[in-house]
Amino acid sequence: MTDVLDRPEAGDTLRVVGTRPARPDGVDKVTGRATYGADFTMAGQLVGKILRSPHAHARIVSIDTRKARALPGVKAIVIGTDFPDQASEELAGGEGASNIRDIALNCLARDKVLYQGHAVAAVAATSSSIADAALALIDVKYEVLPHVTDVEAAMAPDAPLLDETRFTTGLETKPDKPSNIASRMQLKRGDLADGFASADVIVEGRYITPAVHQGYIEPHACVASFGADGQCQVWASSQGQFMIRAYCAKILNIEASDIRVTPAEIGGGFGGKTTVYIEPVALALSKQAGAPVKIVMTRDEVFRATGPTSGAVIEVKLGAKSDGTIVAADVVLKYQAGAFPGSPVGAGAMTALACYNIPNFLITGYDVVNNTPKVAAYRAPGAPISAFGVESAVDELAEKLGMDPIALRLKNAVHDGDKAAYGPTFKNIGYVETLEAIANHPHYKAPLGPNQGRGLAVGFWFNVGGESTAAVNIVEDGSAVVISGNPDIGGSRASMAMMAAEVLGLPVEHVRPIVADTASIGFSMLTGGSRTTFATGMAVTQAAQKVVEDLKRRAAEIWDVAVDKVEWVNGSAVCLDAAKAKPDLTLAAIAGQSAKTGGPIGATIALNAQGAGPGFGVHLCDVEVDPETGHVSVVRYTAAQDVGKAIHPSYVEGQVQGGAVQGIGWALNEEYVFDGKGAMENPGFLDYRMPVASDLPMIDAVLVEVANPRHPFGAKGVGEVPIVPPLAAVGNAVSRAIGVRMHDLPLSPPRVRAAIDAG
Amino acid sequence: MKQHVTATVNGDPVEFLSDPGMTLLDALRDELGLTGSKEGCGSGDCGACSVVVDGRLVCSCLMLAAEAEGHRIETIEGMAEGSVLHPLQRKFIEHAALQCGFCTPGLLVAAKALLDSNPDPSETEVRYWLAGNLCRCTGYDKVIRAVMDAGAEMRQARVA
Repeated sequence: MTDVLDRPEAGDTLRVVGTRPARPDGVDKVTGRATYGADFTMAGQLVGKILRSPHAHARIVSIDTRKARALPGVKAIVIGTDFPDQASEELAGGEGASNIRDIALNCLARDKVLYQGHAVAAVAATSSSIADAALALIDVKYEVLPHVTDVEAAMAPDAPLLDETRFTTGLETKPDKPSNIASRMQLKRGDLADGFASADVIVEGRYITPAVHQGYIEPHACVASFGADGQCQVWASSQGQFMIRAYCAKILNIEASDIRVTPAEIGGGFGGKTTVYIEPVALALSKQAGAPVKIVMTRDEVFRATGPTSGAVIEVKLGAKSDGTIVAADVVLKYQAGAFPGSPVGAGAMTALACYNIPNFLITGYDVVNNTPKVAAYRAPGAPISAFGVESAVDELAEKLGMDPIALRLKNAVHDGDKAAYGPTFKNIGYVETLEAIANHPHYKAPLGPNQGRGLAVGFWFNVGGESTAAVNIVEDGSAVVISGNPDIGGSRASMAMMAAEVLGLPVEHVRPIVADTASIGFSMLTGGSRTTFATGMAVTQAAQKVVEDLKRRAAEIWDVAVDKVEWVNGSAVCLDAAKAKPDLTLAAIAGQSAKTGGPIGATIALNAQGAGPGFGVHLCDVEVDPETGHVSVVRYTAAQDVGKAIHPSYVEGQVQGGAVQGIGWALNEEYVFDGKGAMENPGFLDYRMPVASDLPMIDAVLVEVANPRHPFGAKGVGEVPIVPPLAAVGNAVSRAIGVRMHDLPLSPPRVRAAIDAG
Repeated sequence: MKQHVTATVNGDPVEFLSDPGMTLLDALRDELGLTGSKEGCGSGDCGACSVVVDGRLVCSCLMLAAEAEGHRIETIEGMAEGSVLHPLQRKFIEHAALQCGFCTPGLLVAAKALLDSNPDPSETEVRYWLAGNLCRCTGYDKVIRAVMDAGAEMRQARVA
């Protein structure tokens, strides 16, 4: 069962928000009619395919495409040097700023290939088999270089260098030798030595997490058309059509307004579709061929050349008083960035201690390049990794102190008014309430069976706001259309329609939400950072409020009363002027005579939303370990989270359940495995083992609602927090079940069995 | 050389020309325009391409199109009766058993095959039957509930 711990405000009379209507895109998605990236076709389209490096690290000596070009049916071939030269420049557009030259080089390599699977050339041909034959005819000469995939090996002074011109930034003194360490960052407070000197108990651990993939089921896909007049169209599955427009414009040196990007339905992203891989390539092929080009990745390509998130080493040292007060924390984070700088180590560092009030700490983060795919955002990027280390250490501290894990966390919990470890002062947070929700949950007191263990862990994510545009247009029959620029990745059409319906006083079925292309709605940052329901929802709400103001003005005009004598109640204008008793005017009645009162009714709001409330999650996991095989079964799982206000509780629960299960997969099964040559050994769902239905119990999602006053209905972002605690919640459960502290993920049967044997 | 294939899809006769390496999934999507079946892996591991061939649940990415000759194939596009949704489709919407929706057609086809052969499955039976269908969004909780609830409703309908 799923509980909603609702605390209605006085006068809370919401009709739509907080209910569970059918999602507006539901029928399309259960009947197979919804059009995802690979489902779109254009007349005369060509098949685009990409040639990828067999080497983890090599210099490209030459690329000879003559034989491939001569093959009948081959219409275009592009290589990295066909893209215009790029300056190294940070460009906003994805989830945080990204270096546009790196993105271009990741789409098509130039001088060097930096990982096995790195794209080196692309062809467009009249059929799939001709495209395959053409790829085989492209002759690439490589000078193979030594490679490095492990993060600490890449940090070593004698490591093979991915870029001989890269010097570590963020050090006190400029280094005199190049390094794979792209940058070092630190967060600190108080005096670490004093803190540890005052501690009664110290725990110390070194933790390892592997690179893991976002694992969306839909491979990347797009159709691109470059017109003879320079007008470009792209249909693609992504987390942001405006991101694709911005990146393609930069990479191909095209004016952004000449590119129109239409968002396809997106088959999962989890951060992995916040950048481009194939769209600029397809456009370049289309320009050369003079015909539309479709590129659809295979699963093998998705694993080898997109995502993943960082593999990492996390070192944690905690010092506490004997009463449980944590007085010092030293955290070192070493994150793989893959082929180009940009691991999420910054967010990993900022979130690492965000749940705790600790007077003395030092967090040091390293962003390290290595010969694996360039990492992409993955749900709360960086946070699950640092949380695995910190939450494992806190659990070990609880054991050492003989304290209840919730009591220990409550003792050190951040509250409103506390300065967060990463800077700002917390306001309207629901962390303690979320801890209490788990403490009071029957699961917390339920007895454990033989070979079972119970693990608890907490997690934090900032949530973001940012730029969004939304329009609400009233149709002549009194229904409404809501237009936004954010791909619907998990039910956001429903929440947009619900918020508009709430304000307009319409039944939600009379509000049709649309996700528009880049030419049909103003700019919106991509769907990511748990921002859409918060920021785009704010734009939708304000647009609906503006429409209501306009409707009141029109009613006043029709009635010839002062506008302050008109009230909007449940979708109708009500006349408050006692002298002029007028029957209520419904929205439909006003819409039907809009020509007389100023023309079509609608409003657009463009805003930069501030004040996204941070989110906290507390997860409780029971596992059963088979002592013979080391196999771990999750037998019970409860996840509580402060969600502000659940607009559509079912989809909020879904975020919590889905995030928890992705985290369970990260904890138990998933990892990138590389062979001695730096090639990924498990680029398929058989060997990269994501959780399946039979692996899991029901996931009890407990929604705690501590309203965010900056959102019209109190919402906070919810999508990312739930993947932060599970790695440690599962790890702590296994550690307690077998009586041995587990430090390395995944907790695969051989690893658990070895720990049992060694313990 | 291409091979001429005739088969029945969702009750209707179809014919198409198949390249030797063409999968049934390719034929459904590219030759017949039935894009409801999805390719998530192309190796039979994700179940997004699930269809029923002569009453048997298969991954259409693992079957050659030429092998469809003379067989009866059911896809997601044939699951609703006209504009009346199958109880499973309704329950998936009602229980919010989909987020991105990409795995949904495969899950529905597989779940229907389960309920057709076992009208009253236990939760464990549902979980094992659907273990061949990957969903990365939902954590399966609401999917399992929707299938169980649809089964209950269909049993009620038979009694009534």
